[in-house]
Amino acid sequence: MILNIFGFLLMAFSAMALGLLFIGIARKVVARVQKRIGPPFYQAYLDVFKLFTKNSITHGFIFDFGAIMAFGGMITTLFFVPVGPFVLYGMNGTLLLVIYLMAVAYLGMAMATVGSGNPLASVGISRALTQMLGYELPFIVVLLTLIYSSNTSSIIGIVQTQQSGFMNWNLINIPIGTAIAFVTLLGLMGKKPFDAPIAPSEIASGPVVEHGGKYLAFIMLQHAVSVVVKTALFVDLFLGGGNNIFIFIVKMLIVWLLVTLIGSIFPRFKVEEGVLFYWRWPLIAALLQAVIIIF
Amino acid sequence: MNNKYESNKWQEVINWVQTRSLFMLHYCTGCGAIELPPTMTSRYDMSRFGIGPAATPRQADILLITGYLSTKTLRRVIYTYEQMQNPKFVMGFGSCTINGGMYWDSYNTIKQLDKYIPVDLYIAGCMPRPEAILEGFLKLKEKIETGSADGYKKYNKEYEKYKKNQEKVLGEVKRRQ
Repeated sequence: MILNIFGFLLMAFSAMALGLLFIGIARKVVARVQKRIGPPFYQAYLDVFKLFTKNSITHGFIFDFGAIMAFGGMITTLFFVPVGPFVLYGMNGTLLLVIYLMAVAYLGMAMATVGSGNPLASVGISRALTQMLGYELPFIVVLLTLIYSSNTSSIIGIVQTQQSGFMNWNLINIPIGTAIAFVTLLGLMGKKPFDAPIAPSEIASGPVVEHGGKYLAFIMLQHAVSVVVKTALFVDLFLGGGNNIFIFIVKMLIVWLLVTLIGSIFPRFKVEEGVLFYWRWPLIAALLQAVIIIF
Repeated sequence: MNNKYESNKWQEVINWVQTRSLFMLHYCTGCGAIELPPTMTSRYDMSRFGIGPAATPRQADILLITGYLSTKTLRRVIYTYEQMQNPKFVMGFGSCTINGGMYWDSYNTIKQLDKYIPVDLYIAGCMPRPEAILEGFLKLKEKIETGSADGYKKYNKEYEKYKKNQEKVLGEVKRRQ
């Protein structure tokens, strides 16, 4: 029991550390793409540490609860996603559970928005939830196809069906689905073409507009964990997972760098453009892929 | 400057981290705003010093006042400054914030920013080039590391004096904390 709790804590803290490292690497990569030198790769650690040393102001109980709910929701999601050999839960149906739990973080942010009462924050969170409507539809179609083709709805089960070699990966079996899942991953992470919810130059960073000091530090940690969760989920589902933690992290880093590089060259979609984009070609292609797999 | 800062080890660590991670809020009133895009982007790239733009006062550490302040904008600057969280630093940018600059005999601009909110560092010039802005940031980092950038403490301590000066030009200032 005590050992279990220790394992959970260790996983949460190492995910935070890994996520902050990934964010730092991404900032460096974006800087090099724009011909800048860029901040050092450990800049994200310094930012979070500094924010924890600052004073911060609360806007009431709902605001506090929302920040904790966003952070806790993301940590809970982490426990259901297998990261390399570390599998905490392997029962049937974890894939569907993870999809539901990912929304909890957004709902927590929405709650903090209600608490702060800032109009820019409510614009941001309504954009985020609208965009979620857009990317979840093709993503769910791809996931149902995946569940059908691998005959299980547990993530570790899907990893096990792709074990013996490169040719068994879902990247080879379901190529169109993988491409669509990658495009939806951009929206899922709020990266550049689909970052209307947090647009700093339009709505002053959206849902986090009233978060200062320690609250912002929690939101940054939540973002770090979400980077780990979402890249790990993609690697588990399509790139064959990994028995070795190092190989798994390298795969995650490749996915994250691809997302970053695509994000660093695109401008921003308006929110309705983003939703329409997802409902047009990715949805049609996802349905086509489903038909191909089923028949 | 007489340094009465708490000089224990933990405070030194905090200062070291704060110098390497600064979020900057630029309050663009005058022509000085145009010098900031080259400072942020590829040519001069201030992010290599760990300084990045912040979107809102709640998240920011530095308040950069770029240019003259009319009495109307001064009110907004005071609200912005009071919304920021400690530790916070103010940089006056250009000669307008030092002595009024070319607006020295204007009837509705303030002459000296230091009377209304505590300024940790001035960058002189009309306009200061991006090199001068980066030099100013490095000087501010030195001041933070030695603990002499303590304008926010001064504001708390001598609040009555600042409030009196503010009310002299603005009439009433609503506190919205």
